[in-house]
Amino acid sequence: MKSTKAYPTRQPVDRYASDLSPSVQESVYNASKLKTEARVDALQRDFADPDANRRLAGAIKQHTLDHLDTYLEQAESSLRENGAAVHWASDAESANQIILGIMQRNDCRRMVKSKSMVSEETELVPFLEKNGMEAVETDLGEYIVQIDHDHPSHIVTPIIHKNRQEIARSFEREGLGAYDDDPTVITRRARDYLRSKYLEADVGLTGANFVSAESGRIVLVTNEGNARFSMAAPRIHIALVGIEKLVPKDRDLSLFLSLLARSATAQCLTVYTQFIGGPRHRTQRDGPEKMHVVFLDNRRTEVLSGDCRKILRCIRCGACMNVCPVYRQASGHAYRGVYPGPVGAVLSPLLKGKEFPELADLPKASSLCGACNEVCPVDIPIPELLLRLRNRAKHEHVSLAARGTPSMGIWARAASSPGAWKTALSAGRLLNVVPHGFLNLSSPARAWQSSRKLPPFRGGAFRKWMRERNPPKNGVPSPDRKSEPDS
Amino acid sequence: MGTCLCDAFFDDAARATVEVLEYLGCTVHFPEAQTCCAQPAFNAGDWAAARRVIRHTVGVFDGELPIVIPSGSCAHMVYHGYDLALEGEADADAAPRFARRTWELCDYIVNGLEVREWPGTYRKKIAFHRSCHTRGTRTAESALALLGSIDGLELCTFGEQEQCCGFGGTFSVAFPNISAKMGRIKLEHMRDGDPDAIAGSDMACLLHLGGILDREGVALPRVHIAQILRDALKSEGLLS
Repeated sequence: MKSTKAYPTRQPVDRYASDLSPSVQESVYNASKLKTEARVDALQRDFADPDANRRLAGAIKQHTLDHLDTYLEQAESSLRENGAAVHWASDAESANQIILGIMQRNDCRRMVKSKSMVSEETELVPFLEKNGMEAVETDLGEYIVQIDHDHPSHIVTPIIHKNRQEIARSFEREGLGAYDDDPTVITRRARDYLRSKYLEADVGLTGANFVSAESGRIVLVTNEGNARFSMAAPRIHIALVGIEKLVPKDRDLSLFLSLLARSATAQCLTVYTQFIGGPRHRTQRDGPEKMHVVFLDNRRTEVLSGDCRKILRCIRCGACMNVCPVYRQASGHAYRGVYPGPVGAVLSPLLKGKEFPELADLPKASSLCGACNEVCPVDIPIPELLLRLRNRAKHEHVSLAARGTPSMGIWARAASSPGAWKTALSAGRLLNVVPHGFLNLSSPARAWQSSRKLPPFRGGAFRKWMRERNPPKNGVPSPDRKSEPDS
Repeated sequence: MGTCLCDAFFDDAARATVEVLEYLGCTVHFPEAQTCCAQPAFNAGDWAAARRVIRHTVGVFDGELPIVIPSGSCAHMVYHGYDLALEGEADADAAPRFARRTWELCDYIVNGLEVREWPGTYRKKIAFHRSCHTRGTRTAESALALLGSIDGLELCTFGEQEQCCGFGGTFSVAFPNISAKMGRIKLEHMRDGDPDAIAGSDMACLLHLGGILDREGVALPRVHIAQILRDALKSEGLLS
């Protein structure tokens, strides 16, 4: 079908989508679609009732959040028993300072790090570089993001917006060999380069997919094995962990790992799944001498005390963005934050704290179709949370969020007054009060008409027909048993 | 029965809803004081405005009769919007009471009245859009069961059925480019099987999809499921 000319929209996400190059849009769309289909296949192949699993996982996560104070204390003592040092960071700045301090005290200069969205949140790498440290991303996608001075556009597949030709050009520019866009060659070159970085590094930083409060085990999953190499080869391992990453017990992990792998990448189990029980034990030959765990709050406690706390259940699988029709059109960078897609549209504005208005348009960037909730492995009611944030933006009079949305005040007055409504209907003036904004001259009407036509307005025709054939019999209940299905 | 969109644009879909319910033995009341379920204000984030309209609607439909709505998204608004909008308000308990009486049309026919097969013939190939607001409800499966039982009716299967049409109420005007693109993708899929008409259980989706077809000069009919059910009855003389 032919496409129409872009409408000069005032919403940033809509504008970003209409300015996006067709090749990026195609990469994002196709990859998201394939991952969504593979995910459905994997869940239906392996589970009799995948829905029951995600509801159970959601309940366990919610329980953990409801008792987070207890579980964090338990995790802290378990981690200390395992020989790890535990640090608490209230915000991004203090997390970065703690990590820098550990590096300075231990005479470290070179860091290798595996993928960690939390480190994107704190902007750790630029911070360390500014302080004279080297920090190298070892996840292939994140490494490409780093050499391109770009930002990840997806939480699982950070370079979903790039194609291999672009990557080959970046590698050539970085002196990693002559142009070659064969994926095997690209991967081999990255591997050779990163191998030397692992061996030189004196500190390895990872995130954590889960932390068991019971045992203090840190669980990490990757498909490249880079988290294992990052934590095991250097002298010191630092894990930077959001406080919401806890699960109560080790036994919960089978459910979460099986859901995470299937939801994120349609695998039964991620290729490398590690359970880290502490630094190198005296009976072990390899591993880091010291281990530090930095728990990061960064406004999570604030989110926990509000009415959108369910968003903290998120296990960062990315299924919601893969299925989201808006993400597929707009791509991750449209969301202007670390977390894109539906989860980002809730989480990013919340993590902004007082600067909520800067991202208050994101909750509007949704048709509320509910696909995100349907695929969520921890059953987060994302549409409900988007609606709550829309209401908050309205309360706080955020103009960015209101752009393009017709005002509802006059409409609500008409829609709560039968007389006004009927008059509008019969006079054909419904068009002047109906909020879908089909006014000829108003901008919502133009926005509608830019790609769609309205059918003829038939206001009141139905109620007239109804009245003529069936004069109202006031107060007479339906005589038919069938109209009372609950009885 | 409640509707506003059909009362404004799609009176034949509303008439078909009445005729189908009457065929099933119901007496249909259409309270004249009704306006809208409040979904536009609620989705726009203006919950204070939404509460005003919700309270009006709850008052208008006061009583014990079941409330049947030929639209999945309006029913969804009653189920999942009224409780949120009234959260913490003195009349919060009105939401679950109202929701218990509210039915989407297909859900009412199949699960309320326990009618699972539909008589008559309808010799057309139909691409049916499962509206998003019916996720997690029995509406889509009910609609498909009814359509599947009609003699002569052929249902087209098409790709990415779980994807949204892109309407989303005020989303369609605040995010017109993404909304229209979603609609064009949906229509491409729906037209894959060369249907005689596109159909749905929610005229809002069809308003948007039909609007795109009209803008592009494509004369593909759009029908509400109630119109299909009514026309099938008429084919056998079960309805005059």
